[in-house]
Amino acid sequence: MTSLWARIEPLLARVQKPARYIGCEDGAATPRHAPGKVSWLLAYPDTYEIGLPNQGLQILYEILNERDDAVAERTYAPWSDLETLLRQRGVPLFSVDTHRAAGEFDLLAFNLSAELVYTNVLNMIDLAGVPVRSAQREPHHPLVVLGGHCAFNPEPLADFVDLVVLGEGEEVIGDITEVVREWKAGGRTPASREGVLRALAQVPGVYVPSMYDVEYDGPALRAVTPRYPEVPAMVHKRTVADLADWPYPKHPLAPLTEVVHDRLAVEVFRGCTRGCRFCQAGMITRPVRERPAEQVRTMIANGLRNTGQDEVSLTSLSTADFSGIEQVLQGINPIGCGTNETVTLSLPSLRVDAFTVGLAGTVAGGRRSGLTFAPEAGSWRLRQVINKLITEEDLYGAVESGFSQGWHRMKLYFLTGLPTEDDADTRGIVDLARNCVQIGRRHTNRASVTVSLGGFVPKPHTPFQWFGQNTTNELRRKVQMVRDTAQRAKGVNVKWHDPAATLAEGIAARGDRRIGAVMERVWRAGGVFQEWSEFFRMARWDDAMAAEGLSIEWYVNRHRDEHEVLPWDHLSAGLHKDFLWMDWQAALAEHGLEDCRWTPCYDCGVCTGYGIEHVVASPVPPAGGSQGTGQDLARGGEVPVALLPRRRELLADTLSTADLPTIGAPVTAAEPAEVSS
Amino acid sequence: MRVRVRHTKLGKIRFTSHRDTARHWERAVRKAEVPLVYSAGFTPRPRMSFGLALPTGGESLAEYLDMELAVAADAAPPDLAQLCARFGAALPVGYEVSLVVPCEPGSPSLQEDVVACTWQLVLEGVSHAEAEAAVAATLARPTLLVERERKGQRSTDDVRAAIEELSIGVAAGDPATDVLSGTSVLDDPRPHLCAVLATNGRGLRPTELVAALFPALDPVDTTARVLRTHQWIERDGVRREIIPAHPFAARTPVECA
Repeated sequence: MTSLWARIEPLLARVQKPARYIGCEDGAATPRHAPGKVSWLLAYPDTYEIGLPNQGLQILYEILNERDDAVAERTYAPWSDLETLLRQRGVPLFSVDTHRAAGEFDLLAFNLSAELVYTNVLNMIDLAGVPVRSAQREPHHPLVVLGGHCAFNPEPLADFVDLVVLGEGEEVIGDITEVVREWKAGGRTPASREGVLRALAQVPGVYVPSMYDVEYDGPALRAVTPRYPEVPAMVHKRTVADLADWPYPKHPLAPLTEVVHDRLAVEVFRGCTRGCRFCQAGMITRPVRERPAEQVRTMIANGLRNTGQDEVSLTSLSTADFSGIEQVLQGINPIGCGTNETVTLSLPSLRVDAFTVGLAGTVAGGRRSGLTFAPEAGSWRLRQVINKLITEEDLYGAVESGFSQGWHRMKLYFLTGLPTEDDADTRGIVDLARNCVQIGRRHTNRASVTVSLGGFVPKPHTPFQWFGQNTTNELRRKVQMVRDTAQRAKGVNVKWHDPAATLAEGIAARGDRRIGAVMERVWRAGGVFQEWSEFFRMARWDDAMAAEGLSIEWYVNRHRDEHEVLPWDHLSAGLHKDFLWMDWQAALAEHGLEDCRWTPCYDCGVCTGYGIEHVVASPVPPAGGSQGTGQDLARGGEVPVALLPRRRELLADTLSTADLPTIGAPVTAAEPAEVSS
Repeated sequence: MRVRVRHTKLGKIRFTSHRDTARHWERAVRKAEVPLVYSAGFTPRPRMSFGLALPTGGESLAEYLDMELAVAADAAPPDLAQLCARFGAALPVGYEVSLVVPCEPGSPSLQEDVVACTWQLVLEGVSHAEAEAAVAATLARPTLLVERERKGQRSTDDVRAAIEELSIGVAAGDPATDVLSGTSVLDDPRPHLCAVLATNGRGLRPTELVAALFPALDPVDTTARVLRTHQWIERDGVRREIIPAHPFAARTPVECA
């Protein structure tokens, strides 16, 4: 158990950005290992610049290091120049905190937020000197753990990992630590690995893939069944009931070198109930749990003092929906540092409306770097299909507000390849952008709008999980159509994602265990850092699929039917499959669904199933807060936050009678409430 | 009130860049809650200016920066010794703030002022005898041509004049000796190259010097460790350090946990 620093140090003179490998950040722990302690190596399978700001990893790092029986360090994917040197000199993957070999930890835990990093996971396990296939590991090897959003369909990685954690980690990491501590105390005898995995399989929220048999029926999946009676047939996610109990990170990491989000991040709420049907994050993180505004203020003040940062980002899936937003913003600068400098606030994931832009203008101070909105689809019809209920008026109001407040560049995010999308919808993207530029030209000649176009990948645990992804050729055609149309639109620029990478993402997103062999082939052929275009080669994926005799069409482009067994059916984010199916049918019928935070419950299954509720500080939506959900925008409205049983049946009825209240029809607000500007 | 700060950069943080160091100082000033004067304009920045860049991977006993403290007209002048301690506490491990002194009125910027730096380089894969021979041969040459590329421009320059002093081993009575003990550099049995290199014009980087001394060897592999020990200015024809180091500067361990 010694530091590898003396062997790593000479290599760092030869690599780009060596500061990525030294640790030493403000907020870094001083890990003290001991035989009785369970050691975790928290790994982010992408570069340090991308991984360091990750909040999930920072939260777990701190919670584990606060425990008497655990110690946690961090590691990130080494860039290819260092990897080459490590392999040449036989130096294994190491932690950045004390430069200890990854293979010496008890657990090697990966945080997965995107599918294209899967091959990096294999690479890092291998660099750690650990067999990549879990079946070949011995008792002295670390347990390989997966967590994060992608853990909700871990099947493509099932053969390479020992356990998977579903949902939020704050509590379950303690449960896992206790099981592993006992295993260590028992001496990790030969064959004890099976025993500890069986014990872990009984921890709520923990899925141990090797405890399940998978049966196929030709290309189709027949069943995934537990091998032992005590192993649950369905694994449910873990959810923290109240964010106020977890004011982490208390000591945020302040990087010594440039990273992607170099600012203090404070999470204001978790979960989202806007119900965008393409959005996996919104579906799997329900319900909404807000942090008390006072705690947010304290975390900002402490974080600024500890890190010396001058920018704060209030993070969530839609920060303008935070009911404590105005309370937090009031007097934010006086709680900054004792210097004469002001603190800049940034609000990511902005809702598209004028009110929100006003808010952004207030907090951005003098800075006007760029403003980003995500209308996601080019027509109101298609936005109803995907339940992103932004009207053209909402968007133009937001854009007008932005240009009039001094911004001159806007970025609009769109998806293409959405269910029911036709060419008029696709071309509508450029119409929207062109109209936005025209609004901007009234304020500045420099007005420009960038359209960022991504190919849609259907994700597990969403209403679109049954949808057949567009083929690469179809996505290319649509991208080309947008580019051609935009050529005639002055001030409109188009950026797009490579449709081939979208296909690879599609293979991983809804793959089953057979895709594991494909992952291994792509990795062995050199396919790491697949989300970096300089490393991505589609041929590696085509070759690997062909070599395994698997059909891309079957895995990616095929529509699934209601009764098909999906590879993640034994894993639950709390959403009832029939709710998702109903929502899928509502999508095809072009029906939007209101935000259930401030309207009656649809019984998606999460709150009722887990006995938890939305934690919303205010029963009144923030001004403009129910934008697009059919409620009064201007003043908000008091609505009961109550669970009405079986609203889903109501939904089903209205679907059949086709008189589901369409969006735009006002919902009666019981009592007008005052909302301060 | 303009002040000049002298600090070290030792240990693992040597792998951070010159730009990173600027970032560390900006954050440290905010953490220490030391009010600075800000630049005017759209994005106000604290008024700080840094000296000659230390190469990424290089350590230093003598780094400098200037900053402009915001002091109210009727306020007492700040306690500079206390400021030193506050900065030290706010910076990452490996920085040690040796001294904070008021700038001489009208003194030129650090970048313009410094005429030469003293370097200690630990050589790898070279014996003492080979190192001595290379130094003697180099000193005997009237010219020393190196081919180098900067900002995409290839050129061949005579850098002999930039080498003011060159020797193997630590110069006797060098004040750096005391300060150095405590880092691993001096205890290192490998040959030490001690060089005083002029900084005017394009100057000569430590690895470029090694490349010129040992043309058959890879300069990165040969240069195991780079340490800047002094930065020199001239006043009235006399060369002196920008701020002489405190001879009793306390030492703290420089490696992270």
